[in-house]
Amino acid sequence: MQFKYKIAGGDFTNAGNASSAVKKILKQLNVDHVISKHIVVALYEAEVNIVAHAYSGVIEVNIDENQIHIILDDKGPGIADIDQAMEEGYSTASPQVREMGFGAGMGLANMKRNADKMLISSEPGKGTKVELIHYLKPDAG
Amino acid sequence: MKTIKEIAEIIGGKVLCCHEKSDRHIEHAFASDLMSDVLTVEMDNLLLITGLANLQAIRTAEMSDISFIIFARNKKINSDIIALAEETGIMLIESPFSVFRISGELYKAGVKPVY
Repeated sequence: MQFKYKIAGGDFTNAGNASSAVKKILKQLNVDHVISKHIVVALYEAEVNIVAHAYSGVIEVNIDENQIHIILDDKGPGIADIDQAMEEGYSTASPQVREMGFGAGMGLANMKRNADKMLISSEPGKGTKVELIHYLKPDAG
Repeated sequence: MKTIKEIAEIIGGKVLCCHEKSDRHIEHAFASDLMSDVLTVEMDNLLLITGLANLQAIRTAEMSDISFIIFARNKKINSDIIALAEETGIMLIESPFSVFRISGELYKAGVKPVY
């Protein structure tokens, strides 16, 4: 099954709505509680990143019996140096983002720690694409 | 182990929503204003002590399976925050004390740290 969510850059009021919707779906599907928490924590950090840095984005969630594959595709400034962005503590977040309780340079590392697989590609000036893969059975992967 | 109702009394707190959880017991607490930090905590059923009074504190608690939040220093908790907490079943308590004092009082009362 597939679900899609549109994300508006800068819309902090609604940041987290997509992650909340996915959390409810995982609960309905009886996904293991620990796996579900890893999925929604990674997704929420990624969703906040779109709101914090991009102009707009789309989250596509694909679920089959073995895995959940989430693609976050945004239109935005992109990331010039992904290795640098992955370093804990490195951040380009605005003061507004910091006021929301984010922007400490922990987001990408949190996503990587929670996902079974994470892929990032980016074109500076155009946007960033993040893929998060989680296996739904504790012994898979 | 203290109930959340007893904890609210210790910190001079006022319960803003989800009174039905008043008899639940609290074993561990975590204090932070940085939501990415909260999202690294693996433990469930935590009590979060924070000075960050916005919707993202509620969303962070939802994603982390945190059922209780104490807002320190009489932060203004608007109706949108309370509505989202009600929808997600997160009990909110406001306290006039600082994060430091709330943490100290609860530690003294036997609430354990995560780390």
